This record gives sequence, C-alpha cells and structure tokens, in this order.
Amino acid sequence: MKTRTSASAALLAALALSLTACGGESGNAGDQAGDTATGANAPKLPTYTVATGVKIDSATLRKAQQAGKLVIGAKNDQPYLGFEDTTGKRSGFDIEIAKMVAADLGFKPEQIEFKTVDSNVRETTISKGEVDLYVGTYTINDERKKQVGFAGPYFLAGADLLVRKDEQGITGPDSLKGKTVCSIKGSTPLQEIKKPKYGAKTVELSKYSECVQQLLNNEVDAVTTDDAILKGYAAQRPTKLRVIGKPFTQEPYGVGMNKDDKALRDAVNDALEKHEKNGDYKKAYDATLGLSGSAYQEPPAVNRY
Amino acid sequence: MNVLLDHFADFREGFVGTVLLTLASGLLAMVLGVVIAGFRVSPVPPLRAFGTAWVTLFRNTPLTLLFLIAWFVVPVIFAPGMSPWTKALLALSFYTSAFVCEAVRSGITTVPLGQAEAARSLGMTFSQTLRLIVLPQATRTVVAPLSSIFIALTKNSAIAGAFSVTELFGWQKTLSDQGYAIAWIFLWVALGYLVITFSISGLFQLLERRLGVAR
Amino acid sequence: MSSSVLYDTPGPKARLRNRLYTVAGSLALAALLAFVVYRLDAKNQLDPKIWNIFNNAGVRTNIRDGVLTTLKVFAAAGALSLVLGLLLAVGRLSEHRPVRWFATGFIELFRAVPLLITIYALWVLFLSYKDDLGVVGDNAAFWGLVVGLTFYNGSVQAEVLRAGINAVPRGQVEAAYALGLRKYQVMTTLLLPQAVRSMLPTMISQLVVTLKDTSLGYVITYTELLFAARTMASNIIVNGDNPFTAVVIVVGAIYIAMCLALSSLATWIERRGRRAKTGVAVAAAEPPVVLDGAR
Repeated sequence: MKTRTSASAALLAALALSLTACGGESGNAGDQAGDTATGANAPKLPTYTVATGVKIDSATLRKAQQAGKLVIGAKNDQPYLGFEDTTGKRSGFDIEIAKMVAADLGFKPEQIEFKTVDSNVRETTISKGEVDLYVGTYTINDERKKQVGFAGPYFLAGADLLVRKDEQGITGPDSLKGKTVCSIKGSTPLQEIKKPKYGAKTVELSKYSECVQQLLNNEVDAVTTDDAILKGYAAQRPTKLRVIGKPFTQEPYGVGMNKDDKALRDAVNDALEKHEKNGDYKKAYDATLGLSGSAYQEPPAVNRY
Repeated sequence: MNVLLDHFADFREGFVGTVLLTLASGLLAMVLGVVIAGFRVSPVPPLRAFGTAWVTLFRNTPLTLLFLIAWFVVPVIFAPGMSPWTKALLALSFYTSAFVCEAVRSGITTVPLGQAEAARSLGMTFSQTLRLIVLPQATRTVVAPLSSIFIALTKNSAIAGAFSVTELFGWQKTLSDQGYAIAWIFLWVALGYLVITFSISGLFQLLERRLGVAR
Repeated sequence: MSSSVLYDTPGPKARLRNRLYTVAGSLALAALLAFVVYRLDAKNQLDPKIWNIFNNAGVRTNIRDGVLTTLKVFAAAGALSLVLGLLLAVGRLSEHRPVRWFATGFIELFRAVPLLITIYALWVLFLSYKDDLGVVGDNAAFWGLVVGLTFYNGSVQAEVLRAGINAVPRGQVEAAYALGLRKYQVMTTLLLPQAVRSMLPTMISQLVVTLKDTSLGYVITYTELLFAARTMASNIIVNGDNPFTAVVIVVGAIYIAMCLALSSLATWIERRGRRAKTGVAVAAAEPPVVLDGAR
C-alpha cells in the first residue's frame, strides 16, 4: 500500500517534470560558460566559403556526399575547444576547425552532424566508421596511427597541470611526489605522469570535467592534460583554478579519420593549410581559445605521410 | 599476437583487483544486509522505516548513479579524501546490502512460526530470538539466493573500472582501446569472470550441503 | 508475518523501552537528515541559483529526452528479453539434446559475464559488421545496448520461467498427455500460461533490473538519462561549480520513481493473483532476490 502511493506520487512528480519540459526559461542554464562572442569588441568568428563540386577519390567522402551530411566526432565538455551548452549549441576552436575543413570538402555548417565522442572510445569509433572525421583535442602518436589516420597537426599543445588557485606545493611535474593527479584513462599525459620518476598517485575517470570537479572538491591535487584544455577550465573559474604553465610534453593535435583513406587525409591537410594561410585560422583562434588567455602561436607545419 | 601473454601482469592485477573488491564489498554488504534486515523486522518503528527506506533507495537506483554519488556528493557532504577504492567499496556494498537484506528477510519468514513462538515462550528477548533461533535457521534458505547476489556483485564490480579502480574490466577496455582484437580480450576477460563466479557458486553449494539438514 | 511472532505484545516495561527507542531512533534519523541538509547548505549546494537550472528549457528538454531514450531502450530490451526468455526456457526443457545444450550454454554464459562487457563487445561487433547488418544501421550504440540487455535479461527470464514451469504439478501434465495432447500443446496451453501467471511478479522485478541497467549505456557513450545527466552536470556552471549534487538528486528521484512504478505493478498483480484460486500459487513479489540481484 505504502509503496504504491509513494510510487504514484513520485511518478506524478516525474511526469510533471517532463511535461513541463516545453516551458521553462530559454537560453543557457547556469553562468554563460563557453558562450563567449557577446561583447561588442569581442573577436568575431569567421565564416568559411563552402567549396562546390568537390571530387575526391575517398570512400568516406562519397558516402557522406550521398547522405548529404558529414559526421564529425567532437568533445562536448571542453570550454573554448569543444563545448556544447544546454541549448545544444556547440562552440570552440575544434568546432571551428571542423567547420573550415567541412567547408572545403563541400559541406555547409548545417550539413555537419556533430557527434559527441569521448576519449575512451575514440579509436573504436573512428576505425569502425561511426564518424567520418574526428576533431577533438586528438594527439597524433604512432600507437594511434596503427588504428586511425591523422591529418594535421593543426595545433601544438603540451601537457600541463591545473591546480587550485591557492595551491603552493605544486610548481611543475617534478613536485608531484605523493600528490594525487586526475586524468582520463588512456590519455597521453596520464601515461607520462604515471612514470615512477614523478611518484604521483593517479585517479582515472572518463571525463575531464569530472576531474575538474574532483579538484574543486579537494579530492585530488591536480588535473593533468593538454594546456589548451586546462586553460579553458581555468578561464571558466578564474577565482578558483589556475594553470601551472610549464608544459612537459608535446601534443600535436590532428584530425582523425579512417586509417587507409589517404585521399581524404590529403584533402583535409590541404584545407588546413589553406585556412592557416588565409587568416581564418587565426580569427577562429582569437574568437575561441584566445579568450581563455593562451596567446596565439603559429600553427605547426602539416605533416603528410 | 597473444593478448594474454603480452599483458599478463596487467591481467593478473585486474583479476586480483576484482577478487579483492568483490570479497571486501561482499563482506560489508553481508554485515549491513543482516543488520538492516534486523531493523526491518524489529519492534521499533523508526528502525523499520529506516530499513524500508534503505532498501527502497538502494534497490531502485542504478549502481552507476550510486558511484556518481560516492564520487561527487559524499565527499562534499560527509567524508572528503576517500580513495577511489573506498568509494567503490561503499557504492557496491550499499547497493548489494539492499539485496542481502531482502534475502535475509525472506529467509526469516521461512523459519516455522513455532520456532519463534517456542523461543518467546522460553522467555527469550527479540534480539535473542533473532540471533539464536531464527537467523541460524534462516541461513539455510538464504544460502542459495546469497550465491546469486554475490555472483551479481562480482559482475557489478566491473562498473568500478570506469571509476579509477584496477579490475578485470578496465583491463579489457585499455587493451581494446589499444587496438587488440576484441574477440580475444573478450574471451580472456569472460574466462576470468567465469573462474570467479564458478568458484563462488561452488563454494556456496558446498556450504549449502554442509548446512543442509533434514527438517 | 513471523515478525509479529518475534516479539510479544509489549508489556508496560517493554512499551516504555520501545517508546524510548522510538524517540532515540527518530532523533538519530532526524539528526542525520539535519546534518545532511546542514552540510549541503554549508557547501552552498542549496543555493536557489543552483536549483534554478531546472527551470531552464534546455535542461528540461535534456532530462525529458533522457527519460524518453531510457524508456525506449527499456521497452525494446524488456519486450525482446521476454521473448528470448520464453524461447530459452522452452529450449532448455526440450527433449532434443543439441537444443537443450545450446540453451543451457547460452544462459550460463550470459549470466556469468558482466553486462558491461557484453554490451561493449556487441557494440564493437555491430560497428565492425554494420554494413552487413542492415537493421543496425547508424544505431549501433542503441542496438548494442538493447541486445546486450536482452541477452542477459533473457537468460535470467528463462530461468524464472523454467522454475515456473517446473512448479506446475506433474499430475496436470500427465493428465494432459493422457487426454492425447501433443508436446507443444501441453507447453502452450498448459505449462506456459500457468508458469507466466505464477512467475509474473518475479518477471516484472527482473524488468526493474532491466530498467536500471539501461544506465550501463555509458560504457558505449549512449545518451540515456544518466549519461545525459552527467554531461549536463559537467557543462553547467553555477557559482564556479558544477551542480553535480542537484542533478544527481533529481535524476536519482526519476529513476526511483520509474522503478517503484514498475514494482508496484508487480505487487498489484500479485495481490490480484492471490484472489483467484487455481492450482499454482503466484510467487510473492517481495522476495525475488534470487534473480533480482543478478545482473
């Protein structure tokens, strides 16, 4: 009897919640994080000319052209890089890179279908063709090259440490002895920090944002990953977090795709080079990552293999 | 080529991790479950309410959500600074204790009424009746369901792999992300779990035979 | 029922003691609750600004979509697992040895392997052969989750049904054969209806497990309710913090509500079943622990 009444009451509450879903305040929930280009003198996002009649001998692209949409994998929890707010709008530097590459492949922004792909399933998702391209702070390395193809690099990041604002003890990776460091299972900075010479304890979760929350809760002492990602989080909470600023690895970001599709790889490389030359790249950077305080740097040379 | 031989050290570590986590949270779940079952049949209303709330809460919440609570809510409210392993232990054993409690409670109901009545008429108190007469007899009927519960616990411990605990499932994930053929990894991990679950059911069958007396 | 026998009707002394315990227990519970609220407040988790996120249209749409996705997976996996359970149960009782062995092997294998692994492996399998499997199409994650849940829960449902079939009195089967009914007639007109009827509460309890286990979709990043909630909690920032606590409380309440609604259905069926007197007793809905705990 008792369970029944409480159950129906709870069900009613849940129903009420979902029924009222259509109402409610519009706009983004919470503070306006990641949604940046609002001020009058804020850098504007560039627009990209969409190429027409693109003919590239690539199986992936042919399929995408038939479907009329390009599926691009991205992150959704990295402010200023790959972020999705509660209205479903995506923003960030990686998203811009995806848009400029797609434009050169002949796809308008609205023909891009973004798919959130977390780090731990990236290789599987790309190699099995769930996404056509992947743009999401994806470090190029030889191990991954066995499974996926990389265009780029389009950005050079380096592993760094994110700490609480009042943290005194941590000045770099060498001062991590006995401290707890959080990162994502299988990520490159984690593999570095796990080396015995640092003597750090590690915690492995599946999302960086969950690591950041652990840091805020005093459960871990530092979060390690690429500086670009960390600066985004620090810029979101400038009063609580800061980045050490001593990169200890090199993380060249690439665009992931099918391993054997050389034609597509060349096309994406061409696109990257073109936009780096015509200034779109810098504009996109200033309007996204630049806002988080990391200074603009010349993009690394594209590596064709 | 052979995934198991190449990464045997990691595999062993994962296997041991699963076994330890299962053992520890199984023990804690047993203790909690029996205590809560005692609450649920006790004469004191708030204890009964507490027991019911406990079971309702933990039986109807996905285990993954409990892990999230252990990671993101409990440290804020109660105890900061628990290790990932402790968090996994708490989430797993609280979840499992709800099932243990229900098994024990239904075990208690299978003990013939006359037994409790006789104990009462000998002048035993509630806790004496429960401790000396009812629970020992309930053990027999509870053994079979407990076996299933512990097997489920073994498999549930796989969720801890996503929350920074070294165990068997994490091994398969790391390796398949490195591009090893999924079929082989799947096979070895499945075998690892089969070894654990079959040991548990074997152990409990033994226990059942030892405890099984004609009634 | 034996709980009433565990203690006598309390006398004056015991009544006093019980009342003391009641007061102490209530106080302890109230203190615990107060402590939780106090700590939540101390950590600014009760700030109206945090809870205001649920007034946002985007957040509500996310939650609603999450609930609908979870229910969609549950509906598909629940229905399919019942069908599979039926087939496996009949298969396991078959007189043909290969069929029996296959059914037994299938049940034992998928009951022993963690569901997470089954789902993950199926997902990779579907992705690898998605061009050959026309049905799967783009929804490899959806089908990976549904088929994984179906395999596991189907195996459990099969065991439940088998127990139900075995509980039908032998005499009935013998009588049916004596009347000249065929094997499949005995199964479909006599055994299965009674087994389903008597085991319905347990089967529904297993469906509750199925519902809860849809949350395991996180392993293949399938956006059901829990995964959507995690993403939301990560991406919304209020006062420089992620509203994990608020989101977890709301989503937890939704799960509990859905599961309780299903369980109360089981209780209702059990109570209805008890009224009608036939040869086979309806199993109690409360202690389906044997199978309930199994994942």
